[in-house]
Amino acid sequence: MGDAAALYWRLVGAQVRGAWQYRLSFAALTVGSTLATVLDLLAIVVIFEQAESLAGWTFDEVLLLYAATAVPFGIADLFVSPVEDTWEHVRLGVFDRYLIRPAGAFAQVCGDGFQLRRAGRIVQPLAALGLAVSRVDARWSGGRALFLVLTVAAGTAIYGAIWALTASGAFWATEAREVANSFTYGGGFLAQYPLDVVTGSLRRLTLIVPLAFVNYLPVTWLLGRPDALGLPAWAPFLAPAVAAALCAAAALAWRAGVRHYRGAGS
Amino acid sequence: MRLGSFGGGSFGDSFLPYWQVARRSFQRYATYRGATAAGVFTNTLFGFMKVAVLLAVYRQAAGPGGRIGAFDETDVVTFTFVSQGLLTTMGAYVGMQLAERIRSGDVVADLYRPLHFPGYWLAHDLGRAGYQLLARGLPPVLIGALVFTYRLPPDGRAAAAFALSLGLAALVSFAIRYLVILSGFWVVDVRGPWSLTGFVLMFFAGLIVPLNFFPAWLDRLARMTPFPALVQTPIEIFLGKAPGGAAAALAYQAVWAAALLALAERVTRRAFRKVVVHGG
Repeated sequence: MGDAAALYWRLVGAQVRGAWQYRLSFAALTVGSTLATVLDLLAIVVIFEQAESLAGWTFDEVLLLYAATAVPFGIADLFVSPVEDTWEHVRLGVFDRYLIRPAGAFAQVCGDGFQLRRAGRIVQPLAALGLAVSRVDARWSGGRALFLVLTVAAGTAIYGAIWALTASGAFWATEAREVANSFTYGGGFLAQYPLDVVTGSLRRLTLIVPLAFVNYLPVTWLLGRPDALGLPAWAPFLAPAVAAALCAAAALAWRAGVRHYRGAGS
Repeated sequence: MRLGSFGGGSFGDSFLPYWQVARRSFQRYATYRGATAAGVFTNTLFGFMKVAVLLAVYRQAAGPGGRIGAFDETDVVTFTFVSQGLLTTMGAYVGMQLAERIRSGDVVADLYRPLHFPGYWLAHDLGRAGYQLLARGLPPVLIGALVFTYRLPPDGRAAAAFALSLGLAALVSFAIRYLVILSGFWVVDVRGPWSLTGFVLMFFAGLIVPLNFFPAWLDRLARMTPFPALVQTPIEIFLGKAPGGAAAALAYQAVWAAALLALAERVTRRAFRKVVVHGG
């Protein structure tokens, strides 16, 4: 495990030094990543130009909801989303190279694809989080602040696990990459809005995928709002447990996938 | 070989080779059935998620029976699913092999072809767009129709105008992406400009929120750019709700298509002079 961590940080360091050789390009890409998240927020601003509230949520409340998914999504995007490269590695038959080195394939794939520019996607959500926290009435206290920090940590783990879990699909169905996007990027999109707006099977899906635990349930608790999903009052506190369970499932799926992998045979 | 002057004959020489390129490109995309099915799944799921959000906004803002801009509830639903259908067709985030060929320098080999260079890549992209319209565009719209009621084009003329509009949209989409990729002749890494264009395109084309939901000033600003021509304009024609009428909407698309394709031609010439300078 220590070896994997050491190797991971070596790979990350190499990627950062590599990107730094092309400073202008690095700057352009980082600005691009930052602007991408600005557009997400702009969509919410545009929506609130039309409507004073969305499913009973005010702008400030939706801002908190948005930040509480965008920050963990951004962190998971920075550290875990490179696992997506697995689709390409398996398709091209070059995944073998991660298996012949004496360290875990997962850490290698994530380290190898690390792009510091993705940090740009955390900047604006963090600012939004600060703004939202200062504007909503959530009876802030030390305990509630800690709850928010744990929410972000659990959310990061959930998104990371969704990335790892879906990327494990690469070992069985190389062409199914876009299905993975439904859950990673699709999940990141849907969680930006109050889940009150979705109904039926889509709403149930947010409990299975467990998007609802990333931000909706914790934020409804912080704001003292009714939870449209009708879960018990203690459900928001399950987020860390849900995150841990999903990470375990992702680890099992990844291991099964790596065992299932057969090289290109060349 | 007149390398600097364009790789070969003019577009009018013969249409047949371009038709063949488009056909092969169509077939190439048709090979990946699993990927198409996966894409349909994703586009459809996104359609249902977007419809949930936009209908909530709509009901809050307009109330029952009301409208946002010229749109009523049926228009919002129709817009969302048709725009999901047009997402990949109009090439949001759809790259071209050209980008990699410029980066690697293989593009030099393309100059030997006795074909008009932008025309070759246009044919390539239209083949792709045609396949994606049928295989990836239609299914999400049909699946959405199982749950929601759409507004269909009011008459045959509107339907014909919509078909024409899709063709013009594909030309504008190609020209924008081609120009961004061609910047690779000047900058080392086109990924920055490319991802930035992707996001601006998504937003101003109406792929995130219909332009009707924008505040008036942002709507006006968006319509000064070519981006709405990709998705917003065709769907407005489809619904029979183009501001200023279908003819004006088609003219807007045609002017941008002509202007951007002419620009693409000029930039191609300049890029090729640069290749000759660096060549060898």
